[in-house]
Amino acid sequence: MAIFINETTKIIVQGFTGKIGTFHAQDMINYGSNVVGGVTPGKGGQKHLDRPIFNTVKEAVEQAGAEASIIFVPPAFAADSIMEAADAGIKYCVAITDGIPTQDMMQVKNFLRRFPKEERMVLTGPNCAGTISPERSMLGIMPGHIYMRGNVGVVGRSGTLGYEAADQMKRLGIGISTSVGIGGDPINGSSHRDIFEKFEQDDETKVILMIGEIGGPQEVDAGMFAKENMKKPVVAYIAGLTAPEGRRMGHAGAIISSAGESAAEKVAMLRDLGVTISPTPSAMGETVAKVLAGLK
Amino acid sequence: MDIHEYQAKELLSGYGVKIAEGGIAHTPDEAVQRAREIGGNIWVVKAQIHSGARGKAGGIKVCKTLDEVNTATKELLHKILVTHQTGAAGKLCDKVYVEAGTDIKKELYFCFLVDRISERIVMVGSSEGGMEIEELAETNPDAIKKIYIEPAVGLLDYQVREMAFEMGLESGLMSHAVKTIKGCYRALRDLDANMLEINPLVITGSNELITLDAKMGFDENALFRRAKIADLRDKTQEDPREVEAGDHGLSYVGLDGDIGCMINGAGLAMATMDMIKLAGGEPANFLDVGGGASAERTEQAFRLVLADANVKAMLVNIFAGINRCDWIAQGVVQAVKNVDLKIPLIVRLAGTNVDEGRRIIAESGLPIITAETLAEAAEKAVAARNQVVANQGA
Repeated sequence: MAIFINETTKIIVQGFTGKIGTFHAQDMINYGSNVVGGVTPGKGGQKHLDRPIFNTVKEAVEQAGAEASIIFVPPAFAADSIMEAADAGIKYCVAITDGIPTQDMMQVKNFLRRFPKEERMVLTGPNCAGTISPERSMLGIMPGHIYMRGNVGVVGRSGTLGYEAADQMKRLGIGISTSVGIGGDPINGSSHRDIFEKFEQDDETKVILMIGEIGGPQEVDAGMFAKENMKKPVVAYIAGLTAPEGRRMGHAGAIISSAGESAAEKVAMLRDLGVTISPTPSAMGETVAKVLAGLK
Repeated sequence: MDIHEYQAKELLSGYGVKIAEGGIAHTPDEAVQRAREIGGNIWVVKAQIHSGARGKAGGIKVCKTLDEVNTATKELLHKILVTHQTGAAGKLCDKVYVEAGTDIKKELYFCFLVDRISERIVMVGSSEGGMEIEELAETNPDAIKKIYIEPAVGLLDYQVREMAFEMGLESGLMSHAVKTIKGCYRALRDLDANMLEINPLVITGSNELITLDAKMGFDENALFRRAKIADLRDKTQEDPREVEAGDHGLSYVGLDGDIGCMINGAGLAMATMDMIKLAGGEPANFLDVGGGASAERTEQAFRLVLADANVKAMLVNIFAGINRCDWIAQGVVQAVKNVDLKIPLIVRLAGTNVDEGRRIIAESGLPIITAETLAEAAEKAVAARNQVVANQGA
């Protein structure tokens, strides 16, 4: 089954005709993603990459049956594009854009909460590499060829560290059901825990790998959810053992600003919650392999 | 992005928040002049550096004569001040803020910040001001009151009153409190601040509410629409290497170790640093070159890493997605030649076009040590560093 996207999911690209949007839309099409068009206000009615351009997301939903969207809109306008997608009835949205102001994201989250839960769009990102259900559909900017289809659900903040995990698993013959990037910003569309809920319900997913980092409460929150509500085992690696307190490590959200936000503290708390810890970033694959072997 | 106390006070004053009279000075003479303009017979000379806890570090001096103002300013200017927030390197004080002395009856604590759990702005207050909030959270957590603000409607008057009563303000001060707290909230919202702390907020002998120290932090992602705030940036308060990195679109954080790093992606960069540590070494820096690293950018990153004289070996770890390993390899080869690299270089490439990338490195004829996996790269980097240290000792 996978979560969020599969080979039939109808995808549109917001910020379709820009340089970055064009490059990655083509890459997604090449991968086999079902891209049914894109949105660039003012260019509606034209074609791009052999697909229709719409003026609004509403038109894309009505005329092309769009279900999922990916956002390459610049930071100043990205929040507006996310809310447009939510209002138009898009079910799943990935925001790639890096640099969206925090207050804009608070507004987005508040806007999403106005919809009843069953009608509410799921947002992942911003500032992420996107989501991929290997060998079926890619809604992101990752190198699709390093991902193999299988039974491990992956959720992480970082793009390249997610690639590292996919690569380690592939070398061991372990595949992925869906890999979801939740992004490096302090306020993001979905938390690790939100994605855990989806993986727990997905038949294809047997084990979950969480790739976390310093800063914020989301990894431990997800661990608590797993302990109380999940049957599937969770493996985690937390990056930033060497990160000094109070310094922002690249990602806007990667900063140790209060107790419980350092890598060592998160690891200790997750271990107490029954999560299997990958002791090093190079052991993510083998740790998952051990947990998978224990299931049989 | 942080700003100075005097800048925060100037901004807040524009939102109706009451501050003591004061002015900025760059020389002792100027400080005396400021004190004269303010009048009275007691002044406070405050070092302007981007750090709290300045009092304990000797950065705040109470003066009873103009001579004392002169002496205090001399003692602070052009000095490096070390507080427990600055780290051992400390921060240079190149200006002081001279302020009228305040008759303090009671000190309170007050702040607004973005709460990552509720994804809302939270208002935090306490009747116990003056000490650091982290300290108070440990010694007396019950004395801290938090009120969450609903984004759709913003801060409501009843919430302000609730907070004011919680902070122990009597009803006579209520209108002052509403004005101060709402002013702070508007400043935070209008200016895209993610933190605003007033510690202490004081009740004076004449029963006024005054902001004695103010600290504001701003969302760097929002600076594109807050040009006036962006102008308040004081680069002298930042690590010069980080400033230079930022100017080239690189994300760099200097650390105390001696293995230099260049990596793409923040998460992989942190993970690589962890791996170096686990292999027995210490990273000299965090450096994310980002996606689409051009040859120029790669060379710039090399120069930045090598500008740190401590660096004894350098590790490049690139997992190419949007990037391509062959482009990165060409950039690395060019950088090694252009910067005339004297220390061991370990390169690990993975992802798009990896074979072509490895071929370029192998055929370059340069003494580059290559690795296939993250673990191997870290081990080789630590071994190379140890060899350099051993050779230096011999």
